[in-house]
Amino acid sequence: MTRILTMRKALSEAFFQVMEEDPSVIMMGEDIAGGQGAPGEQDAWGGDLGITKGLIGRFGPSRVLDTPISETAYIGAAVGAATAGLRPIAELMFVDFMGVCFDQLLNQAAKFRYMFGGKTRTPLVIRTQIGAGFRAGAQHSQALYPLFAHIPGLKCVIPSTAYDAKGLMIASVRDDDPVVFFEHKVMYDRISDHVPERPYEVPLGEANLVLEGEDVTIIAVGRMVHMAVEAAGNLAKQGISCEVIDPRTISPLDEDTILDSVRSTGRCVVVDEAYPRCGFAADIAALIAEKAFGALRAPVRKVTPPHTPIPFAPNLEDTWLPSPERIIETVSSVVGYRR
Amino acid sequence: MQLERPTLLEAYRLMAVIRAFEERVSAEFAKGKIPGFVHLYAGQEACAVGVCMHLSDRDFIGSTHRGHGHCIAKGSDVTSMMLELFGKQGGICGGKGGSMHLADFDKGIMGANSIVGAAVPLALGAALAAKTKGTDHVAVAFCGDGGSNQGGVLESLNLASVWKLPVVFAFEDNGYAETTASAWAVAGGAIANRAAAFGMPGELVDGFDFFAVHEAAGRAVARARAGAGPTLLHLRTGRFFGHHEGDSQTYRGPGEVAELRRNHDCLKLFHTRVTEAGLLEGSALDELVHQAGELVENAVRLAEAAPLPPHHTVHENVYVSY
Repeated sequence: MTRILTMRKALSEAFFQVMEEDPSVIMMGEDIAGGQGAPGEQDAWGGDLGITKGLIGRFGPSRVLDTPISETAYIGAAVGAATAGLRPIAELMFVDFMGVCFDQLLNQAAKFRYMFGGKTRTPLVIRTQIGAGFRAGAQHSQALYPLFAHIPGLKCVIPSTAYDAKGLMIASVRDDDPVVFFEHKVMYDRISDHVPERPYEVPLGEANLVLEGEDVTIIAVGRMVHMAVEAAGNLAKQGISCEVIDPRTISPLDEDTILDSVRSTGRCVVVDEAYPRCGFAADIAALIAEKAFGALRAPVRKVTPPHTPIPFAPNLEDTWLPSPERIIETVSSVVGYRR
Repeated sequence: MQLERPTLLEAYRLMAVIRAFEERVSAEFAKGKIPGFVHLYAGQEACAVGVCMHLSDRDFIGSTHRGHGHCIAKGSDVTSMMLELFGKQGGICGGKGGSMHLADFDKGIMGANSIVGAAVPLALGAALAAKTKGTDHVAVAFCGDGGSNQGGVLESLNLASVWKLPVVFAFEDNGYAETTASAWAVAGGAIANRAAAFGMPGELVDGFDFFAVHEAAGRAVARARAGAGPTLLHLRTGRFFGHHEGDSQTYRGPGEVAELRRNHDCLKLFHTRVTEAGLLEGSALDELVHQAGELVENAVRLAEAAPLPPHHTVHENVYVSY
């Protein structure tokens, strides 16, 4: 039977299930319950967008921990707890805030297993919101996952469906390496699809073939997958057949699925919400140039925001973001390319 | 010290403008006219005004996500601020900053800052520049009770003492960091107590009382100007609105905000004190409130009518060659 859930509900269900099955899973973050030490309602917010609501009621304040605004201290505590036998899920409210606590991931969590010769593991999930579209300005809207993908030792997960969000979250919590799990704030309530009730895993490092096609491969993650599918629908009416691939995790990266597709279509467009320089799209383009050059019938093209901070005014932010129109334009230029 | 009549009038005017601005922003936000996140300063006016009245345009402040009051107290143009909040052309940051990132360097405002505690190290840098250039300018780092727990803020307290910088740390403790009570989240009883650990004077001040803030800030700024180093002010205050607009505030106690508005309204307290002492007439104060309302009304009217920022500005004011 088909059971349709939003990405919000799918993630919430994953948290309840992983915490139920494993008492070593704890959760921490700012206002993930809310009202700590205050006279009024407890669990007042359940996280700044309500994603972790209800967990404290089921699992209690010793497993669902609100923190002061001290990211360096509590992300560090989560890393330490992971090396000491727990499986913490720590919420960094917005990925933009990583600037105040980066060292605990960059030089600590990511390095331990390698640097200590395999003598420890760091089963940690950092959950964090990404993405533009909320009119939240330059410091609350970024899609900074390439920064993390650059660091060996970290796994980077970017779900695009409710089904994937649940399965990838469960796989991330059960994984023995530190995982950074990027949740697009615009998608929590806008995206809904079939989500089985039982716990299940979507393996880290396996791309999803979203749409089969013949003329062009479109690679996209997160919210961009939906724009790519919309563009592909329009292009189909013009007789252009697009294959859409969602890597789902950009580290580890399922290179084979990407390369097999490009070898069959001979053309590729990468759609990404991250900044263009040294980003995910550039990385995919480099991968294809390196490993599938002989198959290319046109240059690999990128659809990304401009290399600028994210503007606040709604019309400017909309201009800044990639769009189905820009994807259509770019795909058409690739298909029409002549040497 | 008895304040002169023009100083008293200016203090009340600024507090009234901040109050009118914030009450109106709340209403416009509810109508959907203001995009994004908005954090209102109403209730805390005595803090911003009591501190900033000691500063010139050449003195710097670092602000917070709750920064409208600081900007007005430091002299920013109310219309330019409103345009910015509306995301319109002519906004103080050209529509690229918004409420949480209002900056006005001509007025010495290094910016509202939506990263909690992040402006504190920036203010330290401004103080270092003043000291290096040999001026007597000072910097004030505004920070909330939530920010007082940030590692970078504690590092800044230390460095300011080590370098003996002309900086004032103004911690506005409005009782809550988002939903979380400062009584729970700030260990050690009071932020003021932390000053001793970093070798600087610390004062616990009634942040609802303009005169108490003004006197304490006067001592702190004078100390900084004289080259005697940093001071920590712990201003106990309260906010009339939620963490942000849209916050249902269910974490607050019943009747808490009504009680604040009734008994701890810094404008009412000021009004009572100066009229009972015969320093100013109630009519003069009421006229200032009326003018503040008109000023804000005009700002909203202009913001509504203003054009959107042109699309090409997406690419402006940033180094980009491709």
